[in-house]
Amino acid sequence: MTDQAEPEVEWQLGKSHRKVDAMERMRGVTRYTDDIKLPGMLHCKILRSPHPHAKILRIDTSRAEAMDGVHAVITGEDLSTPYGIIPWTPDETALAVAKVCFVGDGVAAVAAVDEDTANAACEAIEVLYEPLPAYYDPEAALAGEHKINPYAKRGNLSKKVVLEFGDVDKGLAEADVVVAGDYYFEGTTHGAIEPHCAVAMVEPKGTLTVWSATQVSHYLHRELAKVLGRSAATIRVIQPPLGGAFGGKSEPFDLEFCVALLAIRTKRPVKCLYTREEVFYSHRGRHPMRMRYETGFRRDGTITGVSAKTFIDGGAYSSFGLVTTYYSGQLLCAPYEFPAYRFHSTRAYTNKPACGPKRGHGSVQPRFAIEVQLDKAAVELGIDPIELRRRNDIGPEGVTVNEFKIGSNGFLECLARVEAASDWTRRRAELPYGRGLGVAGSTYISGTNYPIYPNEMPQAAVQVCLDRSGRARVFSGANDIGQGSNTMLAVIVAQELGLALDDIRVLSADTDLCPVDLGAYSSRITLMVGNACLDAAQKLRRKVRAAVAKRWEIPSRRVTLIERRAMDLEDPSRSVPIAEAFNWAEADNGLLGEVGNYNTPKDRHGDYRGGTIGASPAYSFTAHVAEVEVDPDTGVVEVKHIWVAHDCGKALSRRIVEGQMEGSAYMGFGEALMERHDVDPGHNGVHIGPSLLDYRMPTFLDTPELHALIVEAPDAQGPYGAKEAGEGPLHPSIPAIANAIYDAVGVRLDALPFTPPKVLAAIEARRLREDADELPIFKAGRGRPDQSDRRSA
Amino acid sequence: MHHGLPAPGLCLAKREGGREPTRMVEALLSLRINGEPAHVAAPAHWTLLEVLRYRLDLIGSKQGCDKGDCGACTVQIDGEPVLACLTLAAAAQSRDIRTVEGLGWAPEAVEGCHPLQDAFDRWDAAQCGFCTPGILMSAEALLRKVGGVVTREQVREALAGNLCRCTGYTKIIDAVVDASEQLHAEREQPEQSTGT
Repeated sequence: MTDQAEPEVEWQLGKSHRKVDAMERMRGVTRYTDDIKLPGMLHCKILRSPHPHAKILRIDTSRAEAMDGVHAVITGEDLSTPYGIIPWTPDETALAVAKVCFVGDGVAAVAAVDEDTANAACEAIEVLYEPLPAYYDPEAALAGEHKINPYAKRGNLSKKVVLEFGDVDKGLAEADVVVAGDYYFEGTTHGAIEPHCAVAMVEPKGTLTVWSATQVSHYLHRELAKVLGRSAATIRVIQPPLGGAFGGKSEPFDLEFCVALLAIRTKRPVKCLYTREEVFYSHRGRHPMRMRYETGFRRDGTITGVSAKTFIDGGAYSSFGLVTTYYSGQLLCAPYEFPAYRFHSTRAYTNKPACGPKRGHGSVQPRFAIEVQLDKAAVELGIDPIELRRRNDIGPEGVTVNEFKIGSNGFLECLARVEAASDWTRRRAELPYGRGLGVAGSTYISGTNYPIYPNEMPQAAVQVCLDRSGRARVFSGANDIGQGSNTMLAVIVAQELGLALDDIRVLSADTDLCPVDLGAYSSRITLMVGNACLDAAQKLRRKVRAAVAKRWEIPSRRVTLIERRAMDLEDPSRSVPIAEAFNWAEADNGLLGEVGNYNTPKDRHGDYRGGTIGASPAYSFTAHVAEVEVDPDTGVVEVKHIWVAHDCGKALSRRIVEGQMEGSAYMGFGEALMERHDVDPGHNGVHIGPSLLDYRMPTFLDTPELHALIVEAPDAQGPYGAKEAGEGPLHPSIPAIANAIYDAVGVRLDALPFTPPKVLAAIEARRLREDADELPIFKAGRGRPDQSDRRSA
Repeated sequence: MHHGLPAPGLCLAKREGGREPTRMVEALLSLRINGEPAHVAAPAHWTLLEVLRYRLDLIGSKQGCDKGDCGACTVQIDGEPVLACLTLAAAAQSRDIRTVEGLGWAPEAVEGCHPLQDAFDRWDAAQCGFCTPGILMSAEALLRKVGGVVTREQVREALAGNLCRCTGYTKIIDAVVDASEQLHAEREQPEQSTGT
């Protein structure tokens, strides 16, 4: 923080800002990756497998190579070094070697004068396959005799985690009520509007430059070096402005390796742009999970124990799956206190597009399960669902059952805000049959304390330079993927140095120009890169204030930097333009440049195997209330409102935080009702609808009114107290909607998505039981249209 | 998609399975884009989006799906929003084409910035910005058609063909309504952002 003697002045913090790079995007002049055009550039297309599981017996590329306009053809053997985003699970190759593991697996790649020629050349490649039995279900794959992934250590097991904290059996035995439920999350994908794209070029002196629509430049840099067998010093990775990611661009993809090798082979620049269909098959989206939960409660609603058993459908490769398997259990231990907790999570390989991280990695699925469990308990115990959550709140500055240290915690305020904004108590009592309110809560990490590959270097580093005209340049390796991280860095520098955002230029995600940063994943950038940036900016601030103080012959603590000026706090009439203050500081110190570092605390995790996975410097908290209208005749669910209250610690830039909350709530809403990412076993494992028409992402007309309510419980670990805001606010969307559907029509939907046929079937099943007097009439007397008819009938 | 360096006067057309590609003569297109004539040679089957992006370097219009599903390629033809990825470039000849690059030249623009762009900037209505040009072109057509302050419902209907994956749409609706109010000066200056 700033020097103790100095009063806190929020010059830029917490305001709404015009983003540093939005206007050029809106004027259509920003160059995204596909907008890069280089002299002599060739175009790459990748031939993909039509089989879900097959041996490759022979590949003949001779006809393709002989075609006019074709410059090079490569196959799996040309890029045979296995890699993986997680260093412990290198189980994929850029193109298939010896066998294919899902429909869409890359088999060969062509560089040609244009895409038409490249496509024609792909068709001219002859591949002889020997089909193998395919597995589409994780439990069937685990029992199956054919090994899908040749690099897998044991059968089709990708990862198994069994952890137990406290005495769960005792906790469940002592409970007054045990709620047991089976939940199914079918799987969804990211749907960024920009398809993946990469361009590679070998510069005259031999440096290989790869431009890629990636959210992890540094990891891509490392994997390119490994697979291409060349020093990282000879590779430069640049992330151009990105058209959305949501986790879908957070590991290397086949196209990056292919354009790199094809550029080396042809000595020409090479571009590859995925079709939308290829984006769907490349996937790495949210894992399907089949979850069995048992939760014990005392009569007062407090939890006595939680037991979870989860099967995770991994698809053909590991991706981040080792982490996903841990996260499926590890991230569930707040905001509610679990006295005892056990989880068994098993990830299996299947013959499907590989799953990976999507916004809210690993924890959106179990969060759905546990929050519906809480709602079922609230109904059974006759306790208001918000009150039940309050009674289980873990509170600030505590330790979770799995030994993670929690810092600040604004969960109770989140609950209070959504309760008040939705007029919960009054409206929930009055809403008629067919309309309802539901609540859910959640927590999420602000980055992880341990990086993906073990090292003791900083997790984030930033370089800031000041110039004589009163401006600042920020060099950061962090990937701005549209979430606004470049603006976040500018806000911090502007706050510390008294500048406007227009005075700051942020250069990011270029491995030749910027310090290493690990990338845009696990909601790490605001806390980690923000802290590094604050470190650098405060060093510069001290120099500038000292230089001004020297000339004014006053102590440094009397000098503040604000509104593009250096000012005497005790005599505000005395001030100089900031450029002059910078010039004085440069005269005293030489060129004004500083680096800032951030490394994570290493004492906030569990002391057991896997106890570091999911441990974060700080945790965000969220609560949602959803309001739904269910048509009992059709099963159509319309979500009218989502109130989302999120504890982000401190909102550095208000509208950007609201935008993250609204975008998160929207994305969860789509997953709850509309989106289906799956393959069709009846049609040889092809995707059920790999287009933006068939994969139904919510439009302007579908999306409910979203109400973002910012809650600030500043955390000692975050810059100015800030925590994450990009992923946490998604989690409660799905269970809040599920719980609201129950409140509307009295049925539980434990399998996603809540499509009209499923909802209608549940409503009809309940009616039959009501008619048989097995269940009370739900919301009797509250607008139930046909109640009297049916009872008298 | 077909893009890349123009082989002089020739391009390889998509071939049917097994046959060698057939060469196709490019067509000379006479287009009128953002009020200016543009003459360009391109394969006769190219869409307007391909010609804009890969021949004329008007990269504001985006390709998100190439099938008319996402709306990121929306331009205006004779004032109406149209999907450039489903429009043959040849069919757009002798029509008045307007792209996001031309928004800043509108009479209502101030220093090259259309009131819609200014409102989007103030509201942080663009996150990654990839869908934004298409949304701006749909929204501008709506504002012109209504000719007054628009309602949130009108915005939702007019923009229903444009997908955005980042924002949840809320701030886009805020910005479009705000811009219509700015254009029709029906309320006081909104809260100023402090970014500048």
